[in-house]
Amino acid sequence: MKISYDARGLAEPEAQAPRVATIEEHTAADGGTVLRATFDAAGLSTRQINLELRRLVYDEGITDVTIRNPGAKHSIAVGILARCAITIDGSLGYFGCGLIDGPEIRIRGRVGWSVAENMMSGVIVIDKNAGSLAGAALRGGDLVIRRDVGARTGIDQKGGTILVGGDAGMMTGFMLQRGRQIICGNVGGGLGDSMYDGAIYVGGKVASLGVDCVEAELTRSDDEFLDRKLGIYEMKRPAAFRKFVCGRKLWNYDNLEPAERKLVL
Amino acid sequence: MCGIAGIIHTGGTGDIGSELTRMLQSMKHRGPDSSGFALYGPTSDMLVMRIKLADPNDARDFGWADRMERHRNEIESRLAKLGAVIDAVHGDQEYSYRVRFSYNGELKPLADYVEDVPGCEVLSLGHSLEIVKDLSDAASVAERYQLNGFTGTHAIGHVRMATESDVDISGAHPYWAYPFADIAVVHNGQLTNYHMWRRRLERLGHRFQSACDSEIIAVYLAQKMADGLTLETAMKQSLDELDGVFTYLVVTADALGMAKDEMAAKPLVLYESDDLVALASEEVAIRAVIGREIDTHDPYEREVLVWHR
Repeated sequence: MKISYDARGLAEPEAQAPRVATIEEHTAADGGTVLRATFDAAGLSTRQINLELRRLVYDEGITDVTIRNPGAKHSIAVGILARCAITIDGSLGYFGCGLIDGPEIRIRGRVGWSVAENMMSGVIVIDKNAGSLAGAALRGGDLVIRRDVGARTGIDQKGGTILVGGDAGMMTGFMLQRGRQIICGNVGGGLGDSMYDGAIYVGGKVASLGVDCVEAELTRSDDEFLDRKLGIYEMKRPAAFRKFVCGRKLWNYDNLEPAERKLVL
Repeated sequence: MCGIAGIIHTGGTGDIGSELTRMLQSMKHRGPDSSGFALYGPTSDMLVMRIKLADPNDARDFGWADRMERHRNEIESRLAKLGAVIDAVHGDQEYSYRVRFSYNGELKPLADYVEDVPGCEVLSLGHSLEIVKDLSDAASVAERYQLNGFTGTHAIGHVRMATESDVDISGAHPYWAYPFADIAVVHNGQLTNYHMWRRRLERLGHRFQSACDSEIIAVYLAQKMADGLTLETAMKQSLDELDGVFTYLVVTADALGMAKDEMAAKPLVLYESDDLVALASEEVAIRAVIGREIDTHDPYEREVLVWHR
């Protein structure tokens, strides 16, 4: 028997792309024409929105898509593996834009938890706030949040850059493995707890440092990097940045140094 | 997982019944086991008591309907015995019961005497608080109990994915702070020092009906307020005295509050405007009552916020 109904309303195995987008021709900067697609997500389910987006990007080959009225739905624009520009004209719920490789996404509202999870490359710019776990396991690309983020930003980040215009919550950069985070505002307690590598730049106050996170000297190349990244996204640079890196005390467990291990843990 | 939601009209009243239903229904995926509402209607001198006569899961034998009827009559006669003057009675389900009465005495002996009827549980008691909770999703519960059109100032609700205790009405939220009038709590999370606090509160004479950790939060806060603390101070103390991960919402006759644990492990999204505050585990719930694009944010760890109607 074919199952077509899930009591929790999660699965829609028979959903089809609704084909509701309007596609218009625009003149590009180089004089050629580009196709732009726009569709209203208000009456659509999560699966229908994603199917429509995939149809436009993969089947129609359109590289500029705008989604209106996303209504803070979850798991929108996930797993898009193509170079394209996506504009989300509103707010997203959880797990937005995860597992993407290539798109440049602009979100005009706020996002919930776990935005840009495991992003491989591309750019995501969020105009308002983000929830916790923004950029979890980020592998590459730029994740820009213009206002505040929740807790555990960039947990297990393995590459790329996270830029936050406002404040960040506790355990920011928890288990950071590689990549960089630029927080223009204040950060909560336990900054960079158990980080392995990478760098966190903070423009505001730091409530407390996590285990094995230490302050390092801000070099000229750091300065240039900050100027360049903040410049790209036209973000205001705070008066002074502090740099935090791994203290490397947790890199090795050495039986000969039990006292130090105890101290670190 | 569980989902929690709250709404307060700071400058008037609204159709909180259907508002909260829409909020909870949009979070059905967070917990389809049971749904509950704590609603604050207009305050009156009379008391409203919501009672569960039996659990919908209970096996129904031939004498079941008669027994429900008998227990209903027994409750009415017990209320009369204690000097309560019944104004109106109403039953949405065979196993649920609402009674409005005037009464001037202590609440605890009254609630204890009612709960002494076999199978009975007092779900709520207060001058404006009414708790409705039952199995299944929010829209079904709201329809069963005719909550659309319930006008009031503030409300909290919960959709439950049972993890620590049974799927029944006793394990469903919101929890009334038995026997303190007009106080209720919904909670998303787990308390790890639940047994310790339960024993402490039991030593003060409090009763607990379920094995659900969330049940202690309401009584914990109400006891602190009875000892003279403000709601906000009691909530701040709970951040240090309750262990585990939690985000909870609490409502009293005139206030709605939220508290988040020190790990910020459980989500909450907050929307504030001049005359309305809405909070929920997911923004999609807030958007269920506000159609337009809005500014929202996540409160940080150890945040305690209180709004008054």
